[in-house]
Amino acid sequence: MARRNRAEGGIEILYPRGFWQTLALPGVGWILLLFVIPFYAIVATAAGRLDPIFNTAIPEWNPLYWQPDGFVFVFERLVNAEGVFRLVFMRTLGYVLSAVALCIALGYPVAYYMSRLSGRARNIFLLLMILPFWVSYLMRIFAWVNLLQEDGLVNRVLSVSGFMEPQNWLEGRASTVVLGLVYGYVPFLILPLFAALERIDKNLIEAALDLGATPARTFLRVTLPLSKQGVLAGTAIIMLPMFGDFYTAGLLGTPKNAMIGSLINFYVTQAPVGAAQSQGSALVIVLAGIVSVLTIYYLFSTARATREATQR
Amino acid sequence: MSEAALQVAPRPSVALRMRGWLSNPWRKPRFLAVLSWGFLVWAILPVVIAVVFSFNAGRSRSTWQGFSLRWYVTDPDLSVVNDPILHTAVGQSVKLAALTMLVGTPIGVAMALGLARWRGRAATGANFLMLLPLVTPEIVLASGLFLAFAHLYKSGETTFFGTPAQLLGHVTWSIPYVVVVMRGRLFGIGKEYEEAAMDLGAPPVAALFRVLLPMLAPAIFAAFMIVFALSIDDFITSQFLFSDEGTITIPMLIYGTGRTGENPSMNAVATVMLVLTLSALGLAALVMRAVARRRGGGAPTTQKLVRFEI
Repeated sequence: MARRNRAEGGIEILYPRGFWQTLALPGVGWILLLFVIPFYAIVATAAGRLDPIFNTAIPEWNPLYWQPDGFVFVFERLVNAEGVFRLVFMRTLGYVLSAVALCIALGYPVAYYMSRLSGRARNIFLLLMILPFWVSYLMRIFAWVNLLQEDGLVNRVLSVSGFMEPQNWLEGRASTVVLGLVYGYVPFLILPLFAALERIDKNLIEAALDLGATPARTFLRVTLPLSKQGVLAGTAIIMLPMFGDFYTAGLLGTPKNAMIGSLINFYVTQAPVGAAQSQGSALVIVLAGIVSVLTIYYLFSTARATREATQR
Repeated sequence: MSEAALQVAPRPSVALRMRGWLSNPWRKPRFLAVLSWGFLVWAILPVVIAVVFSFNAGRSRSTWQGFSLRWYVTDPDLSVVNDPILHTAVGQSVKLAALTMLVGTPIGVAMALGLARWRGRAATGANFLMLLPLVTPEIVLASGLFLAFAHLYKSGETTFFGTPAQLLGHVTWSIPYVVVVMRGRLFGIGKEYEEAAMDLGAPPVAALFRVLLPMLAPAIFAAFMIVFALSIDDFITSQFLFSDEGTITIPMLIYGTGRTGENPSMNAVATVMLVLTLSALGLAALVMRAVARRRGGGAPTTQKLVRFEI
């Protein structure tokens, strides 16, 4: 290794031995102690046992003594059609999938328009597009709590225009929660999608049009396939936090709209008696499993796309 | 043109004209334009309205009753300054953000430098490790930290929930962001300046501290600001690791009482948070832009300030 660096004219070796490792060490140590070990603590608690005296969950650090009880509890309730977990799980899946579909339906045209802008209009649009990133997510959802209250502006506008009767928007409506999720996450989808659409070679589109394809056909056969990676990246970026989201439903809905995140929050931190903490940990692992399948699929398809692009 | 002709051709209805205008294939893509600019209004207006009503003179969050600073300072019981719950939350948020900034940024900067130059298999592993928190949902990390602090990181019966645990959690989150921001800048600078310094006789470590670090100063400043903003906006980690009323942060307060709050004081607290985040990120963007402009060209920096997490 050292020889190759010298051959390349690397200046690393002029530094004292182990200098760069020492610089990286605090960060690496921090992530080991406060990311890797906590992650192990989840597994250890999920597979842990009950303290017979205090009736609380105790993590089991030695894998040889791991118990499947927490996982069995969670799986029974996920498989059983009447279990609360299954209900909440299916609800979360429904909310997340409909919110992602709406995000793509709304975000794609906006990203497409943005990629076609130029000059001043483009700079202004980009700046305004980035603003939501700089506002706390909870603040943005809270803004809708203001608007959707019974005497809020939405109901006032509706009753003045006579378009619709005033509604109880915040009383446990799935549609309100899904729209809240769309509002909260759609900017995170638009920017990667915009980056992908912007990279498309304009000559390809002109070539398709010159060869007689209609604009619609050009879009379907050229633009859309070339932007697939962007859609995928954006979807992965919004899906990961959406699966763990419990605050959007908490602010815009009632307990009827609780998502998996609310169960985790409750089982892990608020119900420390009995086996709850162990069951909550098992639930976190199930969630992490789902999310990592998504992440791995995304990473693989990105790697494949890169490989194909370089081979061509 | 006769009078009869004028009477025969009636003006098309508004709806019909709208449709003709929208479906005309020779116009510019107006449908997309209307949708996209409408989207921006939809994305920004609710927050603007929430901020405007924090200056409402009355108790309503939807009827404008005149301008006042009542919910910030003048109300004797309910304003941000006078309600102990509100100003404790502001204090805790700022305290945590400042501490996270001071602890997390130096660790992240050192790590970015180390990882950029350290070669070999162990370095690849360290790089991978650094990226893990970025692809993990925050609720998973927060659950893990909660369990670790509940069962492992404690001395006897004393746990560290509250400010210490929240600080450690926020720093864990911010390290990868600092590394990503710094790495972009490091690759932009290259090794020529250090080499020149060493050719002129500077010992390597001096070249690092007296040449490379000053050149990185704007990026380091930006990293400080980004970490501050990340910490101010954080909700899940603060929520999982808090201990009592004294360690409730602004986002936690919004989550806890946003639905039941009956006056605009919550809007005022949220606005305080918004101003803190916006000024930190605005400063970071200004400094990075000024540097990019002075160097001529350079990568667009706005993209680096975009955060893909809440």
